[in-house]
Parts: sequence; C-alpha cells; structure tokens
Amino acid sequence: MSAGTPRSLPSSGQKPIQDICHPLSAEECALSRSPDVLNPCSAGERDLILPNGTPVDTSSPASSSSLLNRLQLDDDLDGETRDLFVTVDDPKKHVSTMETYITYRVCTKTTRTEFDLPEYSVRRRYQDFDWLRNKLEESQPTHLIPPLPEKFVMKGVVDRFSEEFVETRRKALDKFLKRVADHPVLSFNEHFNAFLSAKDLNKRQGLALLTKMGESVKYVTGGYKLRARPVEFAAMGDYLDVFTQKLGTIDRIAQRIIKEQSEFLMELREYGPVYSSWSSFEEDLHDPLEGVSGCVSNCSSALEELTEDMSEDFLPVLREYVLYIESMKNVLKKRDQVQAEYETKLEAVVFREDKKTPVPSDVEKCQDRVECFNADLKADWDRWQNNKRQDFRQLLTGMADKNIQYYEKCLAAWESLIPLLQDKQDAKGETN
Amino acid sequence: MADSGSEEIAVIGNTDLTPSESENNLKNTMVEKGTSLLKMMEISVAEAEKRTGKNAVNMQETYTVYLIETRPVDAASEGTNPVPDSLWRRYSEFELLRNYLLVTYPFSVVPPLPEKRAEFVWHKLSADNMDPDFVERRRVGLENFLLRVASHPDLSSDKIFYSFLTEENGWKETVFETGFQAKADSRLKALNATFRVKNPDKRFAEMKHYGDELQSVISQLLRVRARAADRLYGVYKVHGNYGRVFSEWSAIEKEMGDGLQSAGHHMDAYAASVDDILEEEEHYADQLKEYLFYADALRAVCRKHELTQYELEMAAQDLTSKKQQREELATGTIRTFSLKGMTSKLFGQETPEQREAKVKMLETQIEEGEELVKERNTECEEFVKSAWVDIERFKEQKDHDLREALISYAIMQISMCKKGIQVWNNAKECFSKM
Repeated sequence: MSAGTPRSLPSSGQKPIQDICHPLSAEECALSRSPDVLNPCSAGERDLILPNGTPVDTSSPASSSSLLNRLQLDDDLDGETRDLFVTVDDPKKHVSTMETYITYRVCTKTTRTEFDLPEYSVRRRYQDFDWLRNKLEESQPTHLIPPLPEKFVMKGVVDRFSEEFVETRRKALDKFLKRVADHPVLSFNEHFNAFLSAKDLNKRQGLALLTKMGESVKYVTGGYKLRARPVEFAAMGDYLDVFTQKLGTIDRIAQRIIKEQSEFLMELREYGPVYSSWSSFEEDLHDPLEGVSGCVSNCSSALEELTEDMSEDFLPVLREYVLYIESMKNVLKKRDQVQAEYETKLEAVVFREDKKTPVPSDVEKCQDRVECFNADLKADWDRWQNNKRQDFRQLLTGMADKNIQYYEKCLAAWESLIPLLQDKQDAKGETN
Repeated sequence: MADSGSEEIAVIGNTDLTPSESENNLKNTMVEKGTSLLKMMEISVAEAEKRTGKNAVNMQETYTVYLIETRPVDAASEGTNPVPDSLWRRYSEFELLRNYLLVTYPFSVVPPLPEKRAEFVWHKLSADNMDPDFVERRRVGLENFLLRVASHPDLSSDKIFYSFLTEENGWKETVFETGFQAKADSRLKALNATFRVKNPDKRFAEMKHYGDELQSVISQLLRVRARAADRLYGVYKVHGNYGRVFSEWSAIEKEMGDGLQSAGHHMDAYAASVDDILEEEEHYADQLKEYLFYADALRAVCRKHELTQYELEMAAQDLTSKKQQREELATGTIRTFSLKGMTSKLFGQETPEQREAKVKMLETQIEEGEELVKERNTECEEFVKSAWVDIERFKEQKDHDLREALISYAIMQISMCKKGIQVWNNAKECFSKM
C-alpha cells in the first residue's frame, strides 16, 4: 500500500456493522454470522426510482446509500421497504420503597433475522433509553445519534408525573427510537437490538460489544491540531451555528406568544362573566347579553387549548432539535479530531520519509478512519437535513393548523350568536 | 321552523355589515322616528380644527373647534347638493347647551356628550385630547349627540338648540339670557332630597337603581375590554418577530428557504392586522360609553323626581304642622312642643288679642300652604307623567341600540376570525411547500 490518494471505501451504510470488513483487517471478513439480511435497496439489485418518478443514479455507493436513507425516511414510502417498526406508548407509574418512576412500553415489529422473534413488547424507563444512547454513541462514534429529551427537569415547577410532562416525554422517546430504527446503521446495532428485545437489560454488558472501530475512535486523544477543515464540514459547522441561533429565537418568540396569549386568556375569563352579570338586570337584553357571555367563554376555552397545544407539542420539538444540533456538533468535532490525528501522523511520516520504510500501517489506519468517518458523516448529514426539513414542515404546518382550528372554533361561536341576537328584532318587526 | 329558516339565511348574510353601516342604520332609525326638525334639516359635524387664542385669563391656549353643518332636507333630495350652512363650535359650547337642556327639561333623559377626557384607554391610545384619533372619535360623538337631541320629541323643538345649530354669533349670550342657571338645583339640595324623601314613586326608585347598576357594569366592561385589547395587541405584534426570524433562517436554507420567507411575510401581515381590528373595537367601546353616560342622565331624572316629591312632602308636612298648631290654639291643649308654648308657660299666658292675631296668621299660612301643596302636587304628577314617558322611550331606544351594538360587535369578531383563518391558511400553504 502506498501513501497515495485515499481509496474510497464502501460506505458502512449498506450492511450491518458486523459484516463490514474492518478497515484495519482488510483481508479478513472474520465473523461467522452472515445473516441473510433483507436489505431493501442494495445497489444494483433493482432500479431505484424516487417517489416523484425520476430514476436514480446508483453507480456510486455514496449516492445509493444516501438515497437508501432518503427513501427509508420518506413518509410516503410504502411499508414494504421498512422492516422494523418501533413504538413507545402506555406510560405507567411504578412505586417502590426506593423510588417512584415511569416505565413505557416499547413495541417492536420486525422481519429482520437479527431478531429472534417477529414481535416484542418490553417495558423501559428513561434510564434505559439513556443507557442505549450512550452505548450507541460509544459504539457508533462516526454517526449522529438522535437526542433524548432532557434528563433532568430544570424548573421545580414542573411535575415529573403530570400527564402533560409524561406525554411530552413519551413522544420524544418514541421519536428517538423511530429515528434509530430508521437509521441504516444504528438500527442494526446490537445494543439497540438488546434494548428492544431483552427481558432485562444487563447494562453492564456494554464494554464487550464495542467494535474495534469504536474503540479506536474513542481513544483518539484530543491533542491534535486540525490544519484545514474541508469546506463541506466547515459549512456544516457554520450552518449549525446559525441554525441554533435561529431556533433559540423561535423558541423565545413562541414562549412569548404563549405568555401573551395566557394573559389575554386571563382577561377574557374576567370579560365574559361581566356580560352575564349585566344580563341579570336586563329584560329584553337578557338573552343577547347571556349569548355574548357564552361566546366569550367558548373563545376562552379554544384559546386555552391552543396555548396548551403549543406548549406541549411545539416547544418540546424545537428544544429537541437544539439537542440534535449539539450532537451533530460533537460528531463534527470528533471528525475534526480524527482528521487532525491523521494529518499530524502523516506529517511526521513525510518528514521521516527518507529514513523509514514506506508508510507505516498506523498512518493508513488513520486515513481509513478519516475516510470512513467523512462518508458516514456526510450520509448522516444528508439524512439529518431531510429529517429536519420534514420535521419542521410538520411542526410549522401543525402550528398553523392549531391556530386555524382556534379561529374556526371562535368563528363558529360568534356566527351561531348572530341569529340569537337578531331574533327578537325580527319577532318585534312581525308584531309591529 | 321552516319560515324562520329563510330568515336565518338572510340574517347570516348580514354579517358583512360594517360598523359604519350599522352606525348609519342607527341614524336612519333616528330620522325615521322623525321629529319635525329632522324632517326639515340634515345635521352633521363635518370637521375638526385646531385653534389658538387667548382665554378668559388672557393666557394662550390651543383648543379644537368643530364644524356643524346643516342642510335643508328637500334640497339634498333634489340632488342639487347646495353648500350647507355651517358654523364652528367648541366643546365647551356643547357643554353649555347640554346644561341648558338639563335644567330646562328636567323630565327628559338628556343625551350625553362624548367624554371630556379619554378614559378606559389601552396603551396604544393616547389620553391626550389633542390626539387626532381622539379628536376624530369626539367629532363622531358630538354629531351623535346633536342627532339624538334632534330626534328627541321634546328637545328637538327647543329654540336655543335651533340657534346653536344656526347662529354663530351671540348664541352664548342668548343662552345666558334665559336665566337657566338660576333655575338649576344645587347639588346639595338634590342630595338632601335623596336622603330624606319618604315616598318616591317606586318605578323611579327602581330606575335609579337600574341606572346605578348599568353604570357600574358598563364601567367594568370597558375596563376589562381595554386590558384585553392591550393583551391582544401583544399577541399579534409578537408574531411579527416570526417574520424576521423566518427571513433570517431562510437565508441559510436551500429547499426550505422560499417557503419560510413567504410564511414570514404572512406573519408580518398578521401582526399588522391588529391595528385595524382594535380601531374597530374602539367604535364598540364608544357605543357602550354613550350608554354609560346615559345612565347618568337617567339617574338625573330620577333625582329630580325625588326632589319634586320631597318638596311636595315638605310642603305637606309643613301644612300638617300648621293645622295642628291651629287646633292646639283652638282647644288650648298643647300637644306639640313650641318655643311660644314654653315661653307662655314661663312668662304667663298670652292675651286673647295675641291669640286672635296668631290664629289669623296661621289661617293665612294654612291657606297659602294648601295652595303650595296643590301646586307641588300638580308639579309632581306632571313631572312623573312626562318623565315616565321619556323613560319608556329611552328604554326602547337603549334596548334597540345596545342590541345593534352587540350585533356589530359579533360581526367584528367574525371578521377578525375570518382574517385569522385566511392568514394562517396562507402561512400553512407556505410551510407545506418547505
């Protein structure tokens, strides 16, 4: 092997991690298990068509893997190509002498042969999700791991066992597992498998399942200085910085709107009843005034629903994305480190070129690591961008919908009042 | 049910009535009920202008004058549209007119003037009398006042009112010459009567109570409405921030950019729409305010009744005591305490001639007293009759006007909801294209 142009490796996106020939052991594909993986879209096996009908260039592995990822995550895709479905539901409170906590039911349906059974139903608590995420980060350091909802409840005001809090958390946990399940690499991770299927999670198993790849990346020290970040990764970093900022602003705006709406609601709750008390000493105007009071009351309820929905559905998703961005930034940092190590070692070798034998395997290992990481990261980035697009489209459309529903409820209330208000008049007109 | 079905359809179609249209409906009602004055002329307060001048203490001051235009009805209907007669009046002159009417027609529920100072404001409206929005709303209020007076069966035929509309110079002197100020009841006198009257007409007592309640509830309503308006303003305006951040965000996005940018524009439009919404609502608040002040006018009539009733009672009481005194003198028994009685005990009985004189005086006083009681009784009865007629008229007017106000308020709310739905639908479309 010569220290020349780095050879491009097949992306790790297509096969389970166990099956990929380790870059450090190019000759051996040692693992005994060669699972007959129902791999939906491996390159060249069938003509890949995008949902809008255009055919896809499948010649390069990178494009097919990223395409694979796109297709797998597209909501419009028919269920045939998905072979793993995960849901989180049914939160239950457990009270023991030591502690009180919530568990969630995790249901899995799958045709994958990595799983012994086609269906599973297990109960997991937040700790277990946290364990899973840490394991994924350790064992798949080149990949972006989706975020979990916040571990600790910051404000003392929030009740950990309130319906709203538990429901918000459940939704986030569900999303987390779905994102992992949809990931072409992470979904085949053994820890994930154990999480979904094992009766009891033996969380001390961790270390043994680390792949050599994971280990090698994990022990990269942070001491190396990066010379030149490739443009595309620099661009990613910049994008993430601005995006975080904007998300923060949107979060603040949303919170402010909720606050103003709540204060408006407070005034409405005082406003409606005044019409009622007025009606109590009027004769002719009694019904119209009661009607207005009722209307205002209906609008108040509608507004309350709107603010609750925004608090429970909108804000948590925004915050989740901030966490996602943090994860992504960390992955970028790790990538930088891996590249820095490679560059440093390469430099050292270049200077000693005349003295030593051609390129030590150490440097080649680094090079492979860099290339692997870059490929994984690019694939994950594309996947993440698409997810982000869908998620925000859904989120913002949802926000618009909620507001529309609010106004529609109010409209209905006021429109139904009009005939009541005009009723007596018509009657009077007739008698005159 | 089938019949009312078609009525209901027609009714909902009416929801597009604008507030100014419903205001016109009100005016048309006033004209239709038709006093002879309104059949003769059209009245409007067309403009407002700022003037500066020296006031009574020779200080420079700025004030606003309002242009009152009158136009003969037949000329307008001929379609020739001649130049109207017009003159300028300031607010204080309106006040003078109203005070004159209050004193001269105490049995009428005299229409109120628009408020002197802006009250129940929410943060956007300035409480400054010079603020153009306030001046404009006052102009409308003054016109409303004139039309109300002009459509009142009794007030519309008043000469002073007519000259207010038609004679620019010397009107003030004419008012003062009527000597109405002398006829005004002092507040103290009125208050005294309120506390001491024994048998006021029950209906008036109830009306007074109603006036109290009406005033209290409308004040409360206006206060809360102003606070709610403030909050609503905040809700809408904060959405404008979405416009800015979406625009900034769209700059770093490729496919999502256009959708975000356009959605941002809709958010800006949404934020801007609240200004018109709240301006329309001010109109509703003004309608409520008119009746807030009307409540006061209603109570004034009730207080006048108490006063006339009280004066009658006083006269009757006085007569009774005089008759009693006469009886005592005749029979020689002293039942009532009197200083004369005491002194006569102390200093000896009076002579028959003295007694004779006293009796004669009493007889005269009793005669006068009986006249007075008769007079006051008639006054009271007439007052009750006239006042009750006007109160009934007022009740009908109030029920009609407030119902109309509620209808136009509901229509406003409907319009606001429709606008909201439209904006968010637009935004939703943009989001779905992201």
